[in-house]
Amino acid sequence: MAYKILKKEEIAPSVHRMVIDAPDVAKAAKAGQFIILRIDEKGERIPLTIADFDKGEGTVNIIFQEMGKTTKQLAKFSAGEFLEDFVGPLGTPADVRKLGTVILVGGGVGVAPAYPLAKAYSEAGNKVISIIGARNKDLLILEDEMKDASSELYIATDDGSKGHHGFVTDIMKQILDSGEEVARVVIIGPPIMMKVGAGVASPYDVEILVSLNSIMVDGTGMCGGCRVTVDGKTRFTCVDGPEFDARKVDFVELMNRLAMYRGEEAKAVEKYEEKCRCGLH
Amino acid sequence: MQELNGEKTAKAKKERTPMPEQPAEERRKNFYEVALGYTKEDALVEASRCLSCKEPKCVEGCPVNVDIPGFIKLVCEEDFAGAIEKIKGTNALPAICGRVCPQETQCESLCVLGKKGQPVAIGRLERFCADYERQQGVKVPEIPEPSGKKVAVVGSGPAGLTAAADLAKLGHKVTVFESLHKAGGVLSYGIPEFRLPKETVRQEVEYIKQLGVEFKPNYIIGRIKTLDDLCDEFDAVFLGTGAGLPSFMGIPGENFNGVYSANEFLTRVNLMKAYDPEYDTRVRLGKHVVVVGGGNVAMDAARSALRLGAEEVSIVYRRGEDEMPARREEIEHAKEEGITFRLLTNPVRILGDEKFNATAVECIKMELGEPDKSGRRSPVPVEGSEFTIPADVVVIAIGTSPNPMIFKGSEGLDQNKRGTVVADEETGATSKCGVFAGGDVVTGAATVISAMGAGKKAAKAIDEYLKEQ
Repeated sequence: MAYKILKKEEIAPSVHRMVIDAPDVAKAAKAGQFIILRIDEKGERIPLTIADFDKGEGTVNIIFQEMGKTTKQLAKFSAGEFLEDFVGPLGTPADVRKLGTVILVGGGVGVAPAYPLAKAYSEAGNKVISIIGARNKDLLILEDEMKDASSELYIATDDGSKGHHGFVTDIMKQILDSGEEVARVVIIGPPIMMKVGAGVASPYDVEILVSLNSIMVDGTGMCGGCRVTVDGKTRFTCVDGPEFDARKVDFVELMNRLAMYRGEEAKAVEKYEEKCRCGLH
Repeated sequence: MQELNGEKTAKAKKERTPMPEQPAEERRKNFYEVALGYTKEDALVEASRCLSCKEPKCVEGCPVNVDIPGFIKLVCEEDFAGAIEKIKGTNALPAICGRVCPQETQCESLCVLGKKGQPVAIGRLERFCADYERQQGVKVPEIPEPSGKKVAVVGSGPAGLTAAADLAKLGHKVTVFESLHKAGGVLSYGIPEFRLPKETVRQEVEYIKQLGVEFKPNYIIGRIKTLDDLCDEFDAVFLGTGAGLPSFMGIPGENFNGVYSANEFLTRVNLMKAYDPEYDTRVRLGKHVVVVGGGNVAMDAARSALRLGAEEVSIVYRRGEDEMPARREEIEHAKEEGITFRLLTNPVRILGDEKFNATAVECIKMELGEPDKSGRRSPVPVEGSEFTIPADVVVIAIGTSPNPMIFKGSEGLDQNKRGTVVADEETGATSKCGVFAGGDVVTGAATVISAMGAGKKAAKAIDEYLKEQ
């Protein structure tokens, strides 16, 4: 099987969007789900959240940041080239229904999965308040898309180069404090941001959900590599999630598990970049 | 030469011809196949031991009823092509069965020669024939007249592959849906290279493709389509989705880094080839590896860990060696390679360091009490006997159950409490019209050949069902 890359663009430094021709996945995709791809025969299987999909065109969008060897290699692909494997939709779809007001908080590339959620919550008749952030304005992604999909959009940057100078969670707190009746907060981003965000929102009478991105192999419940402790019980991110009640997630364990292959990953990147320098890739 | 063979034959009559193997000292460092396969001479000597019983018991012991004396007779006549054709008449995956079937509890256990000496090495002969054919180039099978009926097969493991091959031979248009990127199910992700080379699996799958079967990898039933969708689009459905959901022990520390389900550990090593530095998938290389469990999967995990370079690998099993469900041969191979067996021992918790890495397994000694429901004496903890084994990698190989993914969004398929599908033992028919099931999804984790047997029976029943439509 091979899956064609129809479009590729760098939407922020080292952050890329790809449109993949995958009609079966697109047809079944729902907000909150993810895919697993494999670049070539020797590649690893990596999970990426679905950033958008078009059932009519049969396409699925992915957005990724160059981090490890695989994402760095993926960034070198161009439109017209093919990926060996692209499987999905995986994960339980987000529980989207009419609730009233929903706050969506997206940090870094976590804005990518927030976008289909913003669309879905809006379509379900909710007032969607989106808060997106990044380290600086150059790294901020999907501003226009999020604006279109939300009732209100707020921006935060760590260095103050755009919007609020500070964290997305500061804005979230302000809204929760403003007396606006909020039914649900959904936080997606780096685990530390989700942990902090969950802590900030916890004292309020509001449902808090997070969408986790664990290490996994198959994505169908077979390996158990993505296990996470939720409410004292071991759950599999791939099938029981990726969305969980933020108040019950053991974030410390999550972060520790995400670090499992960090040493090996760094070596793989080094080896890959050495090869690239030598012109082997 | 004739005389020499005769002499060899006479000597060998009581004892079977040994299987050439890589020496333990060498093979524990590589992933190449342990058993090297019979030479033509070995095969002729071994085949000559068969008495060609008029009422062969061995055939009854084979879940797919291979004509064993028939193919062995052809081996004796050096008609190896005829022999493999005879086997393939009932068994679509002989190269696999010849390697991983537990013949000692099936065909070979019923061989008349076994009463006074050793039974004929049926499995080794089957493997010889299959390998001979693959060396010569597999004959392209004849594709029969299309029946006009379409059958969906979910899962491309041994049950699904067998059902697909048999249904295709009957003229039905078969589509196999596989959730992973490669066909083969447990043959691809579970059983290690050194026991079942993946090239062998690929070639067997290739043969089934040549029968006209279409494979759809990366296609998850329960996500892309539901079982109900398949019922609408196909004339019949066969579920061979196996038992892919790993069980954990539920003990403290099980989520420490370095603790794997056997499924994950083996998938990383086998399907994703983590042992090969050319491949990107990683697996933690342990110095001290503890594998929990006593089945074939535990042996596979332990022997894989050893080959990845572990200094010490222990199997921790709560009962005694006699109670171990693994094949005798696998236990012996593991011992020869230097795996430590810690029997009557059960983990109570996994210890870890401040960086969340596993460091040791705390165990308790067990003693055997009264027999339980399975007839095996159930282990009871010996109070105060706790001790720790250093372990930076721990593999939990205590069993699997069916993956519930397949049931998502469909109705009317009865399951029992363990999550397995309720299906007729003879036909594989389920409570849902037109849906048949077989293999581990029905029985819970069992053997490759029993899954193949179920796939075979279901294919026959599906064919009858389609004729009635």
